[in-house]
Amino acid sequence: MSERDSPELPDFSVLKRLARDQLIYLLEQLPGKKDLFIEADLMSPLDRIANVSTLKQHEVDKLYKVEYKPVVSTSDQLCFLIRPRIQTVKWVCDVVNADKAAGKFKRYKIIFTPQKFYACETVLEEQGIFGDVSTDEWAFYLLPLDEDIINLELPEFFRDNFLEGDQRWVRTGGSALHLFHSIYGPFSKVYGIGRCSKMVYESWREQVKEGEQKARQAEVGTVFLIDRDVDFVTPLCSQVVYEGLVDDIFRIKCGCVEFGPDVTSSDKSIKVMLNSQDKVFNEIRNEHFSNVFGFLSQKARNLQTAYDKRRGMDIKQMKTFVSEELKGLKQEHRLLSLHIGASESMMKKKTKQDFQELLKTEHSLLEGFEIRECISFIEEHINRQVSMIESLRLLCLLSLTENGESNQFSNNLNSAWPCQSYGVDHLLTFANLKQLGLLVEQQPGETLTVMESKMGKLVNDKTAGKLTDAFSSLAKKSNFRALSRRLSLVPKSDEEYDLRVPRDMAYIFSGAYIPLSCKLIEQVLERDGWTGLEEVTRLLNGHEFAVTGSNGADLRPQSDAQRIILVMFLGGCTFSEISALRFLGRERGYKFIVLTTAITNSARLIEAMLDNHV
Amino acid sequence: MMKSKADEEDYWNSSKFKAFTFDDEDDEFTKLKESRQAVNSICGLVEEEEDEDEVEKVSWSGEPVGSISWSVRETASSLREQSFPKIDTTPSLPKNSSGYSLSSLFKGKEVLSDSSVRLYAPELRKPKSEYKVTAVSLEKFRSLQEKLLLLDEAVGVHDGNVITAVLIYLKKSLSKEVLFRELESRQTALRHFIHYLTESKEQRLLLELYRALGRTEDEALLQYKEHLRITDENKRRDFLKSCVSLPFSPEDAGHVQDHYTLLERQIIIEATDRQAETGGKVEIFQKFPRRASILNMPLITTLYYCCFYHYAETEGTYSSPANIRQTFRIAEKQYFVTALAARAKLKAWHDVDALFTSRNWLGFTRKKSPLSFSRVADILSKNNAPVQVLQEYVGLVDDVELRVALAQKYKCHFIVISTYRDLKDRQLLLGYRGKVERGSEEERKIDELLSNPQIRWKN
Repeated sequence: MSERDSPELPDFSVLKRLARDQLIYLLEQLPGKKDLFIEADLMSPLDRIANVSTLKQHEVDKLYKVEYKPVVSTSDQLCFLIRPRIQTVKWVCDVVNADKAAGKFKRYKIIFTPQKFYACETVLEEQGIFGDVSTDEWAFYLLPLDEDIINLELPEFFRDNFLEGDQRWVRTGGSALHLFHSIYGPFSKVYGIGRCSKMVYESWREQVKEGEQKARQAEVGTVFLIDRDVDFVTPLCSQVVYEGLVDDIFRIKCGCVEFGPDVTSSDKSIKVMLNSQDKVFNEIRNEHFSNVFGFLSQKARNLQTAYDKRRGMDIKQMKTFVSEELKGLKQEHRLLSLHIGASESMMKKKTKQDFQELLKTEHSLLEGFEIRECISFIEEHINRQVSMIESLRLLCLLSLTENGESNQFSNNLNSAWPCQSYGVDHLLTFANLKQLGLLVEQQPGETLTVMESKMGKLVNDKTAGKLTDAFSSLAKKSNFRALSRRLSLVPKSDEEYDLRVPRDMAYIFSGAYIPLSCKLIEQVLERDGWTGLEEVTRLLNGHEFAVTGSNGADLRPQSDAQRIILVMFLGGCTFSEISALRFLGRERGYKFIVLTTAITNSARLIEAMLDNHV
Repeated sequence: MMKSKADEEDYWNSSKFKAFTFDDEDDEFTKLKESRQAVNSICGLVEEEEDEDEVEKVSWSGEPVGSISWSVRETASSLREQSFPKIDTTPSLPKNSSGYSLSSLFKGKEVLSDSSVRLYAPELRKPKSEYKVTAVSLEKFRSLQEKLLLLDEAVGVHDGNVITAVLIYLKKSLSKEVLFRELESRQTALRHFIHYLTESKEQRLLLELYRALGRTEDEALLQYKEHLRITDENKRRDFLKSCVSLPFSPEDAGHVQDHYTLLERQIIIEATDRQAETGGKVEIFQKFPRRASILNMPLITTLYYCCFYHYAETEGTYSSPANIRQTFRIAEKQYFVTALAARAKLKAWHDVDALFTSRNWLGFTRKKSPLSFSRVADILSKNNAPVQVLQEYVGLVDDVELRVALAQKYKCHFIVISTYRDLKDRQLLLGYRGKVERGSEEERKIDELLSNPQIRWKN
């Protein structure tokens, strides 16, 4: 397949403007000076679209973080900008009731974002302050993190939807897609896989039907929706592409990372935006970590040469140098030393935890090779109380790749040893991991069908179908090995893999594994649907779909809009997957835009399942 | 309280780096260092004019000045903590009624009407194709059939917000028995209800629900989870004791029993050791003051602690490692790893030695280990064991290649030398001569071997 020019990406800055204008409008609904309380995890997203002076211009006096403590504000108008969470609303109720008890009268407003939930309003009602507090919705769905990443910043989507089975975010997903559609659409093709994807698609479709769509030139024509639980293996792997590695180690938050003193070689930490504006970062973000060193040294040498040019310059030349080149060089210098510092620090951290051996184990698991050795590696990890998150991650990876069959090697692995090493409190964590299908216990095959038919008799047919659904998701088998064979996810290990010149998306995992999620996207785009992938979708528990719009949208496959593909990850995606898609885009002449409910990685995924706290 | 993660890791590793590569290019790291130096050397030249055009102004904390996060922190730092004032919850109007006129209770009148008591719910009895989200007052649905239809419709449109809204209404307007019975066959609605109860912390109702559904394991787990709220260790222990009889799965039941037994032990050990520590008479507590209390630590941490502070105790005491090992059925390998790490941390090399030494019937000693000697060496090196100790275990590694690699890594020169001698590899030995220190004992040893006419070299 020959490389071809990729189409231009649409401009997403309009999304920021839109969100900002809406917020301003809402703030103006509460005229006069007011103090604003912001939910902690909304602060960074808010920072990306507005700044303090914007808020001050609209009579926001003081800013506070929601900390579930009594407030000390003296303002007589309080505005709360929060996520629709019962806990937060209860806190607002406490604040209001405390004021009431003290005989203070203030005006209160809650702005829920991206939407309000009835359960939250019920809390207001139960606490007797319904009516004392006005509520509003700030439909801030889409936060552009970069030129090709849009984030919903809803990490709880993952646990709520996949673990708790709560569909509260389905409509949110639909609305987000709807907003995108109304600005950059109309879409002409939508592909998807997963139960949630189907529901989000339905919700989006309903919303489109309700509103009116103006005829316009589409900027993005193709959409792919995918549930996180279609592929758990990929986000559980260690990331080795630069951006992913930075996220695994330093945790990128809302496109921004905090580098500590070990990186900055000074006594202070520094926050850095990581996106395509950073020229150095932009060149290494998608590179395998082993290539980064060489690249950075080359850059450093070039920089040195550029600076050295000054020697032997006369005054005039020097003047031009200073006015034209120096600023760029200085900027590059600053960035270069940051990323070199980060690389050094990551290298040290990874060396300390025997990263090489860890990667070897992961690769063996993906390949289904030397499982016994992998198990003893994990066992030792647990015995030596090495990081719990790491241990659980490896256990889940083992269970997913071996489909729970590793139990025959050791039945202490799935809870006894981890409980001894990390505390019995984690019984609940294990229950969660099992519920989600990350840890599979080998069960006698029949239990399930017996249960199903027994339950089936109790209820009518329609519900019985839903029941089967519920049960099949409960006892979800990952079928990883079969999928891997069918889609050739694991390249033959006897071939050399040149990471400098990647030949496929496997490079993001050192040539050991092509991410299942991205492979599916590649296959469906190539086949223009699911035809020929029947066995694959069967192994993935179905729920695939491919629909074509009939609204007169541009359907020529060669048109630019058709080659710009919006991939919506429900439940989060990793930077490695984004890198893989960028690679695929370069190879096939596509441009991918990633729309995700959150950026995730193995640690975030496992942490979302922890339940050893009140 | 849990000890911080760093602490726990510190028990095991006292940082030691080893050579690491992605694909066998040792010099990458050096290359990086060089680039760093190169970049740093430019620093001097840049710094003088640095400040005027920094990309963004950054405050002392590294946060860009003027950003929202920064501003919030500024407000926060000017505040002092306060706790909630006590609120009189009895439903009477405050005595100071000046502000609390009836009209002021309804001051938010226009607000009340706009974000009303009504709810967006699907209107029933319309074909799906015509379905529109319409404002519907839930109070209209009074018969059970209507209520259930409403619930099923809500589930049908996949809007969790609406499903929960209907459930809240059903919770208010149906008896528990009826609601639970109807939810049993409606899995999606049931999961929403469970999640709602969890979030609004309606523990009791949730327990009842599990019981009604016969989900005894969930019920047991939920009850067990309550122990996390109890901070007093004695109360927590008693609570755990009461949990033992809950209907857990057989596997979990064992864990909960262990949890109780462990905390009971920890309370006893903690009391004794705290006294010993403050008494100042026990040497080990003076030399290595405890970093944290042992209460609520995992079993393995407890074992480590006991191997650290109570190693020599006889099996009769609660804190003796042997007793812990037996009570909690700790696997041999697990025990070894932990004991080894603890004794190595104390640099009690004699204990380490004894741990691996076994005698056969003739009285000869030999070294035996349930975990590979390469692992033993790894743990020892991470605890900064001296070469003399390390080489003993590196020498026991069976695999020749691995043995040489480890010996080189840990600088156990004599192991390398004797292995090359055993391999009768003159070339390798000659090559290694360049790596040992001039005039050292190692060099003398190599020379001695090289000039030994009795060795038949293979090259």
